[in-house]
Amino acid sequence: MTGEIGQLALALALALSVVMSVAGLTGARATGERARAVATSSALGMFVFVVLAYAALTYAFVTSDFSILDVAQNSHTTKPLIYKITGVWGNHEGSMLLWVLVLAVYSAIIAFARAGSARLTSAALGVQGLLACAFLLFILFTSNPFLRLDPPPFEGAGLNPLLQDPGLAMHPPMLYAGYVGLSAAFAYAAAALITGEADAAWARAARPFMLLAWIALTAGITLGSWWAYYVLGWGGFWFWDPVENAALMPWLVATALLHSALATERTGAFRSWTLLLAILGFSLSLIGTFLVRSGVLSSVHAFASDPTRGAFILMMLVVAIGGALALFAWRAPQLKSGTAFAPASKETALLLNNVLLSAAAAAVFLGTLYPLVLDALTGTKISVGPPYFAITFAPIFVVLMLLVPFGPRLGWRRGDLKSALRMLSPALGVALVLALIVFALVAPRSLAVIGAFAIAGWVIAASAIDVAKRGRGAPLSAYASALAHMGLGVTLMGITGTTAWRSEAIDVLAPGQSMPVAGYTLTLQGVENVQGPNYIAERAIIGVMRNGLAVATMMPEKRLYPAEGQEVSNTAIRTTGYSDLYLALGDQRGAGWTLRAYVSPLAPFIWFGGAFMALGGIAGLWGRLNARRSSALLQAVPAE
Amino acid sequence: MNPRKRRRLYFAAALVIAGAGGAALAVSALRDNVLYFYSPSDLAAKHVPPGVAFRVGGLVEKGSVIHAPHAEIRFIVTDGKAALPVSFRGVLPDLFREGQGVVASGALTSHGVFDASEVLAKHDERYMPPEVVDALKRSGRWKEGEKQ
Repeated sequence: MTGEIGQLALALALALSVVMSVAGLTGARATGERARAVATSSALGMFVFVVLAYAALTYAFVTSDFSILDVAQNSHTTKPLIYKITGVWGNHEGSMLLWVLVLAVYSAIIAFARAGSARLTSAALGVQGLLACAFLLFILFTSNPFLRLDPPPFEGAGLNPLLQDPGLAMHPPMLYAGYVGLSAAFAYAAAALITGEADAAWARAARPFMLLAWIALTAGITLGSWWAYYVLGWGGFWFWDPVENAALMPWLVATALLHSALATERTGAFRSWTLLLAILGFSLSLIGTFLVRSGVLSSVHAFASDPTRGAFILMMLVVAIGGALALFAWRAPQLKSGTAFAPASKETALLLNNVLLSAAAAAVFLGTLYPLVLDALTGTKISVGPPYFAITFAPIFVVLMLLVPFGPRLGWRRGDLKSALRMLSPALGVALVLALIVFALVAPRSLAVIGAFAIAGWVIAASAIDVAKRGRGAPLSAYASALAHMGLGVTLMGITGTTAWRSEAIDVLAPGQSMPVAGYTLTLQGVENVQGPNYIAERAIIGVMRNGLAVATMMPEKRLYPAEGQEVSNTAIRTTGYSDLYLALGDQRGAGWTLRAYVSPLAPFIWFGGAFMALGGIAGLWGRLNARRSSALLQAVPAE
Repeated sequence: MNPRKRRRLYFAAALVIAGAGGAALAVSALRDNVLYFYSPSDLAAKHVPPGVAFRVGGLVEKGSVIHAPHAEIRFIVTDGKAALPVSFRGVLPDLFREGQGVVASGALTSHGVFDASEVLAKHDERYMPPEVVDALKRSGRWKEGEKQ
């Protein structure tokens, strides 16, 4: 029954998405009042049916209904309940359903928030309806999660144990909230082009959606990087894997979009550019989906896949991106331009921010797609290694971060560069002191490392000055940019520290034997067998000594999941908040076990920084929603 | 020139400069940091000098995995027609198995052994790296339906 309910719900959602797109686009005309009401209610209806379909699939996973192919291939009765629920999106079909669920949630929010004029909202719903329609067709025809299996097997094939992890369980929903959140920005951009209302009020309506998407992307990427760090057992946090890049590109463009939309909202500047960024941001999300879901990539993220899906998404990509860009080319020249600004102004700072972030996104785009294009054209198989990304990405971010502190200190239209510099001089001092400390204390000396710490110190201190200048009692949103910029500096410190100062040791230890790593002595005290809920593990007990004193006992594991027939190592990490000791257990060799150990100074800063950035975004969104509520109450709303 | 036009001009100039700079950086970086993928047959057919980094993929030959001291692992990667000895020091991915697909990156030593700095195995039971599938197809060892 569950399968049929889900199937039916999806079909009804598809029908409603068609209604929603037609009614929404009709409602974009001034006279389309009735159509607008239909668009709103069909958005709600679609939301209800997609939730129903999603609930049906979740029910099938929780009750281990193996008469449904998707469940039989990706679940197992012994799996803990939490991974039955999160396992719904641990496979291609379920994750596409999650995608549509998030899209339906955003559509419902657009319908009810009524940000912006009625015509704008209606057109945005129309565009969302088109997207939902395309994705629902994709699910029903190429990736139906409710296909039956007859006769049902007694046991399922299980879920990839790498995915049975709390960090990764939350990673896809977060990332999708970001990816699909950009669809709302895209829909508003298209709506602005359709209705011609690309003004400050438009930016005010669309910006909360951009913020929401950006927060979710930031959190999703941070979680994913953290997961890679502690699960994959290599101690790395970012591999420049094409799928990671697929999430990074929309993030870079979304970051640019947030800044550009800020200018559009405040002074009406950069209207067309903001629209273009909103279109590009979601286009990159779609490209990311294509890369991950079409099987063209060899990566830890790729699922086994069939080519029709790739062809379908590629077609969707061409229609959506091509259509939006054509609309842009047609309508954007008719938009009014914003007011002028002086060379030393917030607008200039935001402009530089946008140019640099776009260049960074373009560099990542080139490195990610070049191998695919070359393979398609010549059949030559290459891969672009991390050095390429380091060489192109690092200089852009160096310039960007040198400029970051100026933005918040300059005024709109006409800023005072001298007074900004005066205010920032303590930050310059902090940067110099930090550079001197690194120069004096750490050997071998490296100009890149010293420079990176100086830049990080510059950005963090400038953010602190920003907070201090605003004082207490300022609205929460006033701290948003300071928090987010500070996070950028903290992450840079983490990346530099781990990359430059990481120590690594690997050896085969028999019980009683020791190995040194960066001032620690690790002694294998023994290995015991442990029974987990759906795995059996070999757990090494490792005594950690420093300066002759025992400081900890760490227990890295190697887990065997019999249902899936896979082994996964479970690393042990001991963190002090500013440095990690990281142990991964390898294979048994005769009487000993392979043990790999890393000491990664400042590694936790990478994720602290990500958390700061996300918190900054949340502060901005919170302040924004509060402001909207109070201004609605007071009815006192001059536009600026 | 009115302010609006001037601003457009600044914007376009900034964009062109950033774009040209970025493109120059990117192209020079790409030229130096591309890793080619070869199958063992490719390597037998063309000479790749020692020390040049590339990636190789194929199946881990059954019975070829040897554990040497200091966590060194030696094995042979084959595509059915040619084979390449590989040496790796480190923890292998959890799904590394004899008879299964693997992609390694590294360089040849002067003795013709591939010194791998990184070894990737397929990450789930149903998945095979596309490069390996391709290499096996070219050597005639791949049969559709054998995908499991």
